[in-house]
This record gives sequence, structure tokens and C-alpha cells, in this order.
Amino acid sequence: MGEQVTGDERRTDEPTVEGRADSPGPAVAVRPRAESADSRSREPVFKLEEVGVKYGGVPAVREISFDIHRGHITALIGPSGCGKSTLIRCLNRMNDLIPGAVIEGSIIYHGEDLYGDRVDPVQVRKLIGMVFQRPNPFPKSVYDNIAFGPRMLGRKADLDETVETALRRAALWDEVKDRLKDNAFGMSGGQQQRLCIARCLAIEPDVILMDEPCSALDPISTGKIEDLMLELKRDYSIVIVTHNMQQAARVSDMTAFFTVELDQGEKHRTGRVVEYDDTEKIFTNPSDPRTEAYVTGKVG
Amino acid sequence: MSTERYRSERTRLAVAGARARTRVALDRQPVGDVRKGGLFKLLLLLAVGIALAMLVALIADAVIDGRERLGFGLLFEKGSGDPEQAGLQQALLGTIYLIGGVMLTVVPLGVGAAIYLEEYADDTKWWNRLIEVNIQNLAAVPSIVYGILGLAFIVRGPLDLGFVVAAGSLTLALLVLPTVILAGREAIRAVPDSIRQGSLALGATRWQTIRHQVLPASIPGIVTGVILAVSRAIGETAPLLLVGAATFVTFKPSFFEGGYTALPVQIFQWVTRPQDEFRVIAAAGIVVLLIVLLAMNSFAIWLRNRYEQQW
Repeated sequence: MGEQVTGDERRTDEPTVEGRADSPGPAVAVRPRAESADSRSREPVFKLEEVGVKYGGVPAVREISFDIHRGHITALIGPSGCGKSTLIRCLNRMNDLIPGAVIEGSIIYHGEDLYGDRVDPVQVRKLIGMVFQRPNPFPKSVYDNIAFGPRMLGRKADLDETVETALRRAALWDEVKDRLKDNAFGMSGGQQQRLCIARCLAIEPDVILMDEPCSALDPISTGKIEDLMLELKRDYSIVIVTHNMQQAARVSDMTAFFTVELDQGEKHRTGRVVEYDDTEKIFTNPSDPRTEAYVTGKVG
Repeated sequence: MSTERYRSERTRLAVAGARARTRVALDRQPVGDVRKGGLFKLLLLLAVGIALAMLVALIADAVIDGRERLGFGLLFEKGSGDPEQAGLQQALLGTIYLIGGVMLTVVPLGVGAAIYLEEYADDTKWWNRLIEVNIQNLAAVPSIVYGILGLAFIVRGPLDLGFVVAAGSLTLALLVLPTVILAGREAIRAVPDSIRQGSLALGATRWQTIRHQVLPASIPGIVTGVILAVSRAIGETAPLLLVGAATFVTFKPSFFEGGYTALPVQIFQWVTRPQDEFRVIAAAGIVVLLIVLLAMNSFAIWLRNRYEQQW
């Protein structure tokens, strides 16, 4: 665990940026990271320490330790059932809703233990927004979908402006400005997902968690969402779970590779982090052979 | 068919053979299977036919028997010992009062219980499972038992309301409460979890999620359930007889004092009278009751089709 984090700390920023700019584009295209992101990269949003999750006593993930940096897009990749979604749901305490889920270790968010006694999960979710695998708009109008969050938080002043800002930031305003009163169910899947992102932006979170946000979308909609993520990382820290390695390579700055281990006489499948590093390193020069096998498509 | 495409005679023959096989495979089924299928369909039609015929016969009989007295006048005539003058005014008003009381009690209780069981109750706890099984059982308890319960605990006993509309309403409310809870749970369960998660992930509390997302989305289902339950309450006679609705009344009812009657009770009373003329008016009363029930059930179905959310 310590190795991954220290390895990250040890690296110097300058050569990395240059190396990236010079790189002639390896097997997968990695976009050069924005300057602002790098200057903030040492500030962790989340510090995960020996995090483990058990469902009804059965471990789903264990011994996960790494830092998630501010202003970065952090991708969690790995085969199905390796606990990526389980882990991302710990970051805004959505796992609290699952009966029998027990979280071990600690998740430090800006220096505060997310699972501390005085922390209210509802407050956590106001700061750490989430976008789900399948677009899940509410059965209401486009406007009411966006306005729901601010209304619940009692921010009812300038609601029209809040809605417009959120839709503009999610690159959806031009498509829906004439049908704000229409039911959101009438939109396309990609629009619905951007609506869900806009809904999340309307409560002005600090972090946005995305649990396979494009798995139900076509490539064009996926492209739009990826552009949006790159746009949003100027102001937000983003954590994304994805099955799509190209997607991780395209958008993320840091990547954590998960794998499944068989525990206790092959009875339980438990997810662990094999490697956590710069996305470029994970995809071009991974230090663990399992990572290499996965990202080059030999297994998975 | 361009046979030139085929390279050799052998290929052509093979293709012809394959075609023949396909043709045989697509051919009509054996006659026996067709006959069995037809017979089964006929039996099913017969089952529907018998059920419908009984209903039509019943309605036709009531309409024919009661045709002399059918008309709007019947609805507004007061109760009377004279069959020529007797009408349904008190009975209708009594039913409206009763049902008003039932709705006031059953909607908050039933919806509240449904929300608790669906949204809060932890299914792994034995007492919650016990409640669930019991509600299903209660829905099957004969209505007369609720009448006895109402008599012992509401008319007399702890509540001691006496033979008044409120007591009848409470008894009927208890009777239909399980139905409303079950319908409410069904409607709430139909709201997908992704909606709850989406709402909670925006920092809404559990109650805000239920109040602003789950309930609005399940209201059509809940309302449909309430209407169906209430239309059952309208037709109930036995428990009302026990809690005092049998009184012969000639004045308008009130919730907490005086006697009252209701549509089915009035009909029951007329049928048991010795004079033949009362039988005519009873038949007319039955037609009125059937029309009310049909209207309510149709409204429930329309509501469900019109407003139910497709996920």
C-alpha cells in the first residue's frame, strides 16, 4: 500500500509534464494534463487508508490505500466484480443505504474522517455528488430535475439562474432551453445522463463521482460526456469507474487498477488495488505484470 | 430463381433438397394439435361466458324488477314506511358520510403503513416480517369479524362511540385498511430504486426523498387502490348491521349522533319486509348500488391507465 502512494509522491512534476508533451502518442492517446491540475496535484481530496467493505461479513474489497487528488480525474478500472463500484460508493456514503454493509479502514476527506461519529451522510452527499450507471432522471420536467437539489437544500433564490448555469455547464442548455417544462423521460439517453450531471452540478459539489456513466450510452453521447468531464475538472475533482480502458486513458490523470482475488479456499471474490499511478504510466509502462496483461487486453 | 448462379448440378440438388425440407418444416401442424388448441380456447371462452352471463342475468333481473321505481326521484325520496314513497335519500347520504369517514381514516393510516413497510422496515427483523404476514392475513378475514370487533371496541368498549356514523366509518376503515396498505406498498415498490438513489445522492434526506420523489410517483397507484378499497366498503353490509346501521331513519345523518343507514343496509332491510312493493324498490336500490360501484371502479381503471408512470 505505502509503495503506491510514496511512488506517487516521489515523482517530480516537471519531467512528467514534459515527457507527456513529447510523447508521440503510445498505444493509447493520453491527453496532456491541464497545468492547473498539476499545480494542485499534491493536495489530496481523499486519503484512503486500508479501506475494506464487507457485505454481510463477506469482504467485497479490502486493503485499499491511495490518495485521490484535487482537480484530477481519477479512473478506477478493472474486471467485473472487482469492487470498483463498491469503493466509489464509499466515497459519498451511498453504501450506508445497503443493509449489512460494513466499511473498515478510514477515508479522510480534506482532513476529516468521512465515517467519523459526527459526520452526517446527508451532508457528505451534498459535497460529493454522484452520477450513476444508468441515467436516472426523476419523472419530472427538465427544470424540476435540476431544481430539485437546490430546493431540498433550501436554496430557492435565483432558482432560474441556478438551473440555467447548471445546464450550461453540462453543455445541455442549447438543446433543452426551449423545453424546460417537458418531462425528462422524453430526452435521449445521452441527454438524460448530461441532465443527471447538471442536476449534480446544481448543488455545487466539491467532488463528482461517476459510476460507469457511459456504459448505457452510444459513442457519440460518450464523447460528449468525456469532453464535459475534461471541462469540469477545472473546478471539480472527478472520480470515475469505467469498464472502458480507452475511456480511462482518454480522460483520466490518475488510474487505479483493481483485480479480483479468490479468498478463503476460493469461496469469496475480493477486490484489491494492484497499482495506482499516473494514467500514462499505467497504460504505457505499468510496474505490475497483472496491470500490463489487463491494459493490453491479454486478460479481462 | 437464378439457377445459373449454382456452380454444379450437385449444388443445385443440395439446395433444392434443403428447400424441400424447409417447406415441410414450415407446413401446417398435425390436425390433432390444432383440434386440441381449438378445444382449449373454447373452454376458456366458456368460462368467461358463464361469469359474464351470471352478471348480466343478475343486473337484468334487478333492472326488470325495479324498473317501476328507477329514476332520479328514487335518489331524493326520504325513507318511509310506505313503499310507494320510500326513497334512498338517507341511505345515500349515510353511505357518503360513511365513505367520507373511511377515506379520512384509511388514507393517512394506509399510506403511512405502506411507507413504513416499504421504505423504513428492515426485512431481516422478525417483527417486520410478522407484520407483513399479518397484513396479508387480515385482508382475508371475513367482514363479519370486523363487525364484531367494531361492536366490541368502537361502538362499546374503549372508544364507546355508540351506534353512530363515526363508529361505522372506523369499522369499515379497519376492514379495508389491509387492502389499502397492500395497494400502497405495490405502488411504492414500483418506483425504481434508481430514483431514490439519485435523490439521496443529491443530499436529500430520506424523508425528502419519499415526500418529493417516491410519493408523487406512486400517487396514481395509491389512489387506484384507495378507490377499489372504498368501493368494497360501499358494498359491505354485514359489519354495518352489527355496528348499528340497521336503524330505520327518516332524518339526515350526522357523524357523532343519531342513527344512520347505508345503501346496502337499506336494500337488505327492504328485501326483508313482508310487502311485495318493497321488493321492487329493493331491486331499484340494487341497480343504483351497482351503478355507483361500476362508476367508481371504472374511474379507478381510467386513473391507473392515464397517470401511472411507465419506467
